[in-house]
Amino acid sequence: MESRATRIALVVWVSGVLLFLFVPIATIVLFAFDKSNVQSWPIKRYTVHWFQVAWDDPSVRSALWLSVKAGLGATALALVLGSLAAFGVHRFRFFGRETVSLLLVLPIALPGIITGLALRSFFTFGGINLSLLTIIIGHTTFCIVVIYNNVIARLRRASGSLVEASMDLGAHGLQTLRYITLPTIATALVSGALLAFALSFDEVIVTTFTAGAQTTLPIWIFGQIRLGQQLPEVNVVVTAVLLLTVVPVALAAKLTGGGGMTRSSVK
Amino acid sequence: MTKRQLLRSGARTPALSVLLVLLMAAPLAVTAISGAAAAAPTSSARTAAAGLVPPTQGMAPQKSVGKGEGQLNLIAWEGYAQPEWVKPFETQTGCQVNAKYAGSSSEMVSLMANGGGGQYDLVSASGDADLRLIYGGDVRPVNVNLVPSWKQLRPFLQSPDFNTINGVHYGISLQFGPNDLLYSTKAFPKAPTSWSVIYSKQYAGRITIPNNPIQIADAALYLSAHDKALGITDPYELTQPQFNAAVNLLKQQRLLVKKYWNLASDEISLFENGEVVVGAAWPYQTGQLLGAGDKVADTIPSEGATGWADSWLLATKAPHPNCAYKWLAYISTPQVQAEQAVSYGETPDNSLACPLMNKISKGSCQSLHADKPDVYFKSIKFWKTPLAQCDNGKPDCVPFQDWVTAWTQITG
Amino acid sequence: MRAALTLSPPLAWFVVIYLASLVAMLVTAFWTVNPFTNNLQHQFSLANFGDIFKSPIPAIIGRTVVLATCVTLTDAAVAFPFAYFMARVASPRARHALFVAVLLPLWASYLAKVFAWIVILTKDGTLDWTTGSLGLGQPNIAYTKIAMWVVFSYLWLPFMILPIYGALERVPDSLFEASADLGAHNFRTFRSVVLPLALPGVVAGSIFTFSLTLGDYITPLLIGSGSGTNLIGNVIYDNIGLANNLPFAAALAFVPIVVMVVYLLGARAAGAFEAM
Repeated sequence: MESRATRIALVVWVSGVLLFLFVPIATIVLFAFDKSNVQSWPIKRYTVHWFQVAWDDPSVRSALWLSVKAGLGATALALVLGSLAAFGVHRFRFFGRETVSLLLVLPIALPGIITGLALRSFFTFGGINLSLLTIIIGHTTFCIVVIYNNVIARLRRASGSLVEASMDLGAHGLQTLRYITLPTIATALVSGALLAFALSFDEVIVTTFTAGAQTTLPIWIFGQIRLGQQLPEVNVVVTAVLLLTVVPVALAAKLTGGGGMTRSSVK
Repeated sequence: MTKRQLLRSGARTPALSVLLVLLMAAPLAVTAISGAAAAAPTSSARTAAAGLVPPTQGMAPQKSVGKGEGQLNLIAWEGYAQPEWVKPFETQTGCQVNAKYAGSSSEMVSLMANGGGGQYDLVSASGDADLRLIYGGDVRPVNVNLVPSWKQLRPFLQSPDFNTINGVHYGISLQFGPNDLLYSTKAFPKAPTSWSVIYSKQYAGRITIPNNPIQIADAALYLSAHDKALGITDPYELTQPQFNAAVNLLKQQRLLVKKYWNLASDEISLFENGEVVVGAAWPYQTGQLLGAGDKVADTIPSEGATGWADSWLLATKAPHPNCAYKWLAYISTPQVQAEQAVSYGETPDNSLACPLMNKISKGSCQSLHADKPDVYFKSIKFWKTPLAQCDNGKPDCVPFQDWVTAWTQITG
Repeated sequence: MRAALTLSPPLAWFVVIYLASLVAMLVTAFWTVNPFTNNLQHQFSLANFGDIFKSPIPAIIGRTVVLATCVTLTDAAVAFPFAYFMARVASPRARHALFVAVLLPLWASYLAKVFAWIVILTKDGTLDWTTGSLGLGQPNIAYTKIAMWVVFSYLWLPFMILPIYGALERVPDSLFEASADLGAHNFRTFRSVVLPLALPGVVAGSIFTFSLTLGDYITPLLIGSGSGTNLIGNVIYDNIGLANNLPFAAALAFVPIVVMVVYLLGARAAGAFEAM
C-alpha cells in the first residue's frame, strides 16, 4: 500500500532510531570490560576482572533481590487495584467518573520528587518505619496507573455483547469473570505487569524517599556512581540484568501477540 | 439483564461509594495536615529561645555500654561503611549494620528529622550539617569516656565547635579533608600558589567547582586575603555586605566554569576527558585520577582552604544506643581509622593512624597529610553551618537558607 | 453495591495514601520557616508563592517547560515513523523483534544510560571521535542544554513509541481500503485518516515525555553544566534537602502540578485517555 520509496525511507528511519536507542546500551556493555575505573573513550585496556568482582559482591545480590521483591510486590498489588479500578470506571457511569480517570493518572503525571516527598511525609506522620513495605507502597502508586490504563484500553475495545451472552446463558458474575472477562484482559494484564515491573525495577527518585536503610538495585547503582571507585562493576550488573530480561520480555511480547498492549479483540 | 439495566442499577451507588471514601479520608487528611507539621524535616515541637541552646543539652548521656541490641542503623556517606571494616565489627559485636547512604549534608539533616525518627542511630554528618542537627534537637549528648580512642584524636578535633557546644559533645569526630585545588600538571607545570587561578579568565571554560552553596565560603576566604577592606575573618559568618561581595565574585566566575560538579565521579570524568584543567576538589579525586594514570596533582594555595570534618553524631531517638557506642569506639581505633582513610582518601582524626596507613598503602599517610602536625591544619577553615547569629552574639550574619537562595541565583 | 466493591479499594488507596499525603505536603506551602531556628511556623502566609516570582525561578520554570516541549516534539517526530513502520509495514516477526527492541532499553538502568551519554558526548568522547573521523569536526556538546535535550529525548522515546504504535495498530485495514476507494492518494489518506486516529496515541505518549522531563532532577545534575541548566526539579530538591525549606519546596511543587493538570485536561479533550 505504501509506495516503495516510502518503505525504503521508513526502513532507513527505523534503522537510525534503533542505532540511537542502542548506542548507549552498547556503550554500557562495552565499558563493563574496561580495566580503568574512570570511564573514558576510547578504552585503553580490556579485562573481565569486574565480572568476578560483581559476582563476589554480596551487596549486588542483596540489591538485586530486594528490587525483585519490591517489583513483584508492587506489581501484584497494582494488578489487583488497577484492574478493580478499570472495571469500576468502565462498567459504571457515575458522577465524578472523569475526575477519577484524571486522578488515577496523577502518580505518573506528577514528578517523582513530589510523589516521593508526599509519601515520606505521610509515612513519618503515620509513624510507619521506612522499609520494604513503604518501598512497595510507593511503587504501587504509579504501577496502578500502568495496569489501569492497559486494562481499561482493552475493556473499551472488548465487545460487551460477550458478557451479555454469558449472562443470558445463565452464568453468574464470578463465572463470567473467570471464563469471559479474565481471558479477554489477560494479555493486557501481562503486558501491563511487565511494564509495571520494569518501572518499579528501575525507579530511583521515589525510592530514595520511601526507602530506609534498604538498597534496591537503582539505589545501589546511584551509590556506586556517587562513590566512583568501582564504576565498571555497575556496567557489569546492568549488562547482566539486560541479558536476564531479554528472554522474558521476548516471551511476554510473543504471548501478547507482539502488539502487547493494544491488540483488538474484534478485528 | 441487559447492559442498560446493569448500568442503571449501578448509576447511583458508585457516586455514593466515592463520596463515602472521601468522607472517610477527610478527617485523615485534616489530621495529616496538622501532623505534617511534626512530620516535616524541621522539628517544630520545640521553639528555640532567642539565645540558642541546643534542645537536648540537658539529656544525660548513658554511663556505660550495655549489651548490644543486635542491629545498628547508620546514615552515612557512600564509602563510610565498607565491608572491609564493617564485617569484623559485626562479628565482634553482633550488631548487624544497616547503612542508609546520603548524597548531601542536607539529605542527612532531612533524614535525621525528629531525632532520627526512632529509626536511625548514628549519622556521619559534615560540619555544615552538625549545627543544624544539634540546634534542631535531632542529636543528643555523647559520653566520650565510653570511647577509649577519643583521647588519641588530634587535640583540635576532640572538642571542635562543630560538634561540641558549651562543653557538651554530641558526637565523635571521624575523619576530615581539605577542599583543595586540583590541577592538571600539563596545564600547570608548577603548582599554582593562589586560588586566583579558578577566578581567572585565562582558564575560562576549563574550571570546575562543587555545586554546593557552601562554596560561597570559599569565595569569602579568597576575599579575606585579597580584599582586606571587607574585614572577613570567618568565611562562614558573613555580614550582608561581605556576603554580597562573595556572591558577586561567584557570579563573575560563573562564565568561566565548565561544570559545577555534583558527584566526585563528575569531577573525575571532567579531568580525565580533558574538559577542565583546574578545580576545587577533595584528595579523593586526586587519588582516583592518579590511579587511572592521569597527570594531576593537588595543593593548598596560600589563602588556605575550607575543609570538611565529619563526625558520628548520636540520634536523639536512637533505637540501638549500645551498638551505637560500640561503633563509635570501633571506628575511632587507629587500625580502622587507617583503613577508612586509605579506602576513601581522607585524613584520619586518630593521630596514631599514620604508620598503619603506610602498611595498607605505601605513602598514603604522606599523600593524605596524616603525618602533618596540628598547626598545618590551622589554615583549614572547616565547614560549619552559617547561622543568623554571629559568634559575637549579634544577629547580623547571613543564615544558610539565604546562602541556598543566593546559590540558585548564581547558578541560575 | 458491586461498583462500590470494585472501586473502593483502589480509591481508598489513592485518596488515603496518595491524595491525602499530597494535600498535606501542599498545605505546608502556606507556612514559612523561621530563619533563626529553622522551625516551621504555622501561620498562613503567601510569602513562598511570592518568592516563586523572584529571579531566577521564573526563568527556570520557563526553561523547564521549553525543554519539556522540545523533548516532546522531538520524540513525537522520531517515534511516529518508527511506530508506523511497526504497525503497518513490518512483517509479524519483524514487528515482534522491534517491540522487544523498544522495550529492552527500559531495563537498562536510567543512571547507567545517562552515564553512558556522558562518555559519548564528552570531549574526545564517542561522538567527537566519530565526527572527527568523518572530518566533521568535534562538537563536544557535553554539559550543555543541547546535551540535556538529546538525553531526555533518548530516555523517554520508548514511552512515545508504544502508545503511537498502539493507536496505529488499531486502525483497521478496511479504513485504508475505503479511503483508497474514495480516490484519496497515499498522502491524503495519511493526513485525513491516519494522523487523526493516531493523534490520541501521540498525546498519550506526550503525557509521559512532558511530565518526566518536567520533574526530573538527576539528568540535569549529571548532564547539565549547573549554570543555566537547573530545572524545576532541581530547585525543589535543593529546597527540600539543602535549605530544609519545605514550605518553599512545596510552593514550587505547585508549578509542575498546575502545568500537568492543565496538560492532562487538554490531553483528555484530545482523547488521549482512550489511547494509553
